[in-house]
Amino acid sequence: MNSYDFYLSGEKLSALSSGGLYWSDKKILCVSDLHFGKTHRLNRTGAGALPPYENIDTLKRLQADICATNPSCVICLGDSFDDRIAEQSFNNAETHLLKILQKDRDWIWISGNHDPYPSLQFGESISSFSKSPITFRHIALKGEIGEISGHYHPKISINLSNAQITRACFIADQKRVIMPAYGTYTGGLSVRSDEIKVLFENDATVMLTGNKIRTVPYSSCF
Amino acid sequence: MHIPDKISKWIRAKNWTLHEHQIRMFKSSECSSQLLIAPTGSGKTLAGFLPTIADLYLNPSQKLHTLYISPLKALASDIKRNLETPIEELELKISVEDRTGDTKQSIKKKQRVIPPNILLTTPESLALLMSYPEAPSIFSSLKRIIVDEIHAITESKRGDQLFLAISNIRKYCLDAKIIGLSATVNDPSLIAGWLAPTNDCDIILSDPGLVPEISILATSEPPPWAGAGGLYSIPEIITEIETHKTTLIFHNTRAQAEIFFHNLWLANSKNLPIAIHHGSLDKEQRNHVETAMVRGELRAVVCTGSLDLGIDWGSVDLVIQIGAPRQVKRLIQRIGRANHSHSGASKGLIVPANRLEVLECFMALDAIYENKLDSELQTQIPLDVICQHLLLVACAGPFMPLDIFNEIRTIEKYKNFNREDFDQCLDFCISGGYALKKYNQWHRLIQTSNGAVKLRDPRIANRLRMNAGTIQDSDTLKVRYKSKRGKSKGSTIGEVEEAFAVSLTPGDTFLIGGKIVKFESLREMVVEVSPRPEKKPKIAVFSGTKFSTSTLLCDRILRTLEEKRWDNLPEYLCRWLEHQASFSELPQSNSVLIETFPRNKLNYTCVYGFAGRNAQQTLGLLLTKRMEELGLNPVGFVANDYTTLVWGLTKVVEPKKLLQGENILRGLDLWLSNNAVMKRTFRAVATVAGLIERNLPGVKKSGRQATFSSDILYDTLLKYDPNHLLLKATKIEAMQGLVDFGRIENMLEKTKNHITHVDLKRPSPFSAPLLLEAGRIPIHGSAIELMLDSEINSLISDAGLEY
Repeated sequence: MNSYDFYLSGEKLSALSSGGLYWSDKKILCVSDLHFGKTHRLNRTGAGALPPYENIDTLKRLQADICATNPSCVICLGDSFDDRIAEQSFNNAETHLLKILQKDRDWIWISGNHDPYPSLQFGESISSFSKSPITFRHIALKGEIGEISGHYHPKISINLSNAQITRACFIADQKRVIMPAYGTYTGGLSVRSDEIKVLFENDATVMLTGNKIRTVPYSSCF
Repeated sequence: MHIPDKISKWIRAKNWTLHEHQIRMFKSSECSSQLLIAPTGSGKTLAGFLPTIADLYLNPSQKLHTLYISPLKALASDIKRNLETPIEELELKISVEDRTGDTKQSIKKKQRVIPPNILLTTPESLALLMSYPEAPSIFSSLKRIIVDEIHAITESKRGDQLFLAISNIRKYCLDAKIIGLSATVNDPSLIAGWLAPTNDCDIILSDPGLVPEISILATSEPPPWAGAGGLYSIPEIITEIETHKTTLIFHNTRAQAEIFFHNLWLANSKNLPIAIHHGSLDKEQRNHVETAMVRGELRAVVCTGSLDLGIDWGSVDLVIQIGAPRQVKRLIQRIGRANHSHSGASKGLIVPANRLEVLECFMALDAIYENKLDSELQTQIPLDVICQHLLLVACAGPFMPLDIFNEIRTIEKYKNFNREDFDQCLDFCISGGYALKKYNQWHRLIQTSNGAVKLRDPRIANRLRMNAGTIQDSDTLKVRYKSKRGKSKGSTIGEVEEAFAVSLTPGDTFLIGGKIVKFESLREMVVEVSPRPEKKPKIAVFSGTKFSTSTLLCDRILRTLEEKRWDNLPEYLCRWLEHQASFSELPQSNSVLIETFPRNKLNYTCVYGFAGRNAQQTLGLLLTKRMEELGLNPVGFVANDYTTLVWGLTKVVEPKKLLQGENILRGLDLWLSNNAVMKRTFRAVATVAGLIERNLPGVKKSGRQATFSSDILYDTLLKYDPNHLLLKATKIEAMQGLVDFGRIENMLEKTKNHITHVDLKRPSPFSAPLLLEAGRIPIHGSAIELMLDSEINSLISDAGLEY
């Protein structure tokens, strides 16, 4: 596991190359936008028959991060479930794996725009969670300080001489962090887009996920 | 049966004489299947329709009599115009209508209830028509099915789509005759096999006509060392346009056609009326050019394969082919556009785009004089097309799987299609076919207790129909002018490939429709641009269809190089060949030449396999795989018809190691499966099979809801369901299309002990063109990570920041 350390409100955080965020001082692992059950929703509308492997793939990657960090608390930053009946998309093996991961540690589901209701099988959800000096919520609030959120699925494209590489990424400045989407079937929004731009100062840093975490100054993205 | 008096009188009054093959087609029109092989401009269409007109004259009817299928929408409307004249002049009550992607919904709806006597359509539209519950009543009266330009249709998946649809509708009209019309091909029995089981088809060969007069355009300036597009020949081409009535100028790709047209226009000091026509242009614009052409208002049209097929262009008297023709038969068909309606020999000129192509052009001329045609045949069964067929059949109503299976096996190509593959396709259509069974309630099709298969929800029929088709157009984006108020309501100019569109940054300029435009923004799958006449353009990359140079031509080139038989070649070419011979070496037919050289911090390896573009591309995959294994950090490669050029961070000292060794093909599967070429193929296959949708009624993809890339679907399938049907279909397709395995194996066999390696300080005369070739393929191996690091470092230092 490869990571990059940075500070938010004086707390040392590690951005993991997998897209997770680890707060070692408090033993908290945070992941965002898991979108469990996305194929379940898309296939239900008659869109087609997408391969139903995103739950297991997302869970296995989460399992790897949990094994590597052994957190005492896992926070899922919202949009963990793609819709109200996403839980039905879990088969026995997937349910079993998630329950094992939840065992012996705190597990906090934060609600997002896709999952605004309290979850049933896997635990209750709350709208935000604070552990001084940091607040976890789904969608960034303008004016907040010390905030970690998700929702936007930030990604960055870099042109190499022979190829264009696109990676999901974190963006962070002195006030906040926006996390990449962790779920396997998730698209992304460019860090250059206006929605993301208004939330950050010029000195923000972009951290690329991938097999090794890399950082780029946000200002160089434009 | 003979021709009714009224019709023969009319033909005489027109001062026409029927050709021998037209009479023979009429006489044997009682045969259950016929195949007419005739060159362009020999009255194939009349030969096909004469029995229809005669029959409808003798037995008027209110029902569908003849179904005509052509590969081009434009051809269908052209035929409609041509049929209207005899019908009006003979005062016949015969209704003729076309039905293509351009036909209005209201007319299509009416046609399902009251079909015309003669329906002109395309393979895609026929497949859709078959999917309506009215299919039995539409087709029950059908007497004749005419497949025009069958040689072109059967070259691709469209042939599979068409004959699957025909196999399905034939149960409603068991006695219908099937007629194929084809341009000259070297083995007619192969095409006849599509129409009827072996030996059951009456094959009629027409008089091949006069040998076309083809030569290579003499230019004051020799072709350039490298490049494509033939811009150097513009002064001579203008002279040719001036001395002929109408000239067609064919290009192999749309991008080249655009650049050429732009430059031709700049050099057109006499303001000759010239136009451009290709498949990426907006329909309105194409119609405009077609109409002007028919009226004889144009002196020249710059075009691509979109005009390859038999539209009647009136007074074309010269055809110019820019760039090597790749296949002899394609060249003959293109040249055949000249003097379409006259009995004289057609006149053509070839303009080689660069020096290596000169050789290919000379070889093609030799082959034509020796009457040698090339053939490359598709024999694999495309499982994705079967899936689409099953879904469309289900839209028409419930079906018994065994019935459809038997129907499919009536097609000659599918006679050995096995039940296992069929069941896998059916399973995919029903449940997605995943090893992990779940979501039972959301299957697209369901099987009832008596075994019949039907749609779970009839409302998804429309959705399935909208996704039908085997031509991939989902990766092109519309280009539109941005209006003053910033809304993209301006007129559509054409389309560009998505990969090109995403490479643009605001302010970039490119050529489309002969105009230079400035890129403004990319919004909701539309590329918004503004006019920018003065700037030098960045080039538009639409690849169009790329054909491989045939084995026939490659072999001829190699033999000529080897025997140094170049007395009759132009002097500049001889000098170039001599230059290559002294600087490096000439490729030989019994060994493979490899050159290595450094350039711009990268190390290049150039392999002269002469195996055609597809095989050379596979070779690129193989070489980069070996390089990755040997720690040579490959970065990318590009291939043309003769050569593969690979570049990497580390110098290749012993290139023999890349090609030799017992197990060069071992592990290729795994390497291929992670490759960009396979992912691209998967995207096409998944779209045809209906896994990924191309356009949804009323649903716009935008912003964050934009679908995640099909690469992710490919990756998870490979990980969790490696035996899935679509992975199998992807492999089949990649192996035959992009990968061209047979030719690569032949080449590897040849190289066993015969490799000539030349280490150079700079590119050789032969390898230079490759450095400019479009279509580079990146290798996502260790090198890309190293490059990403260095790019990020330079980003940071450019920004004047320290991290």
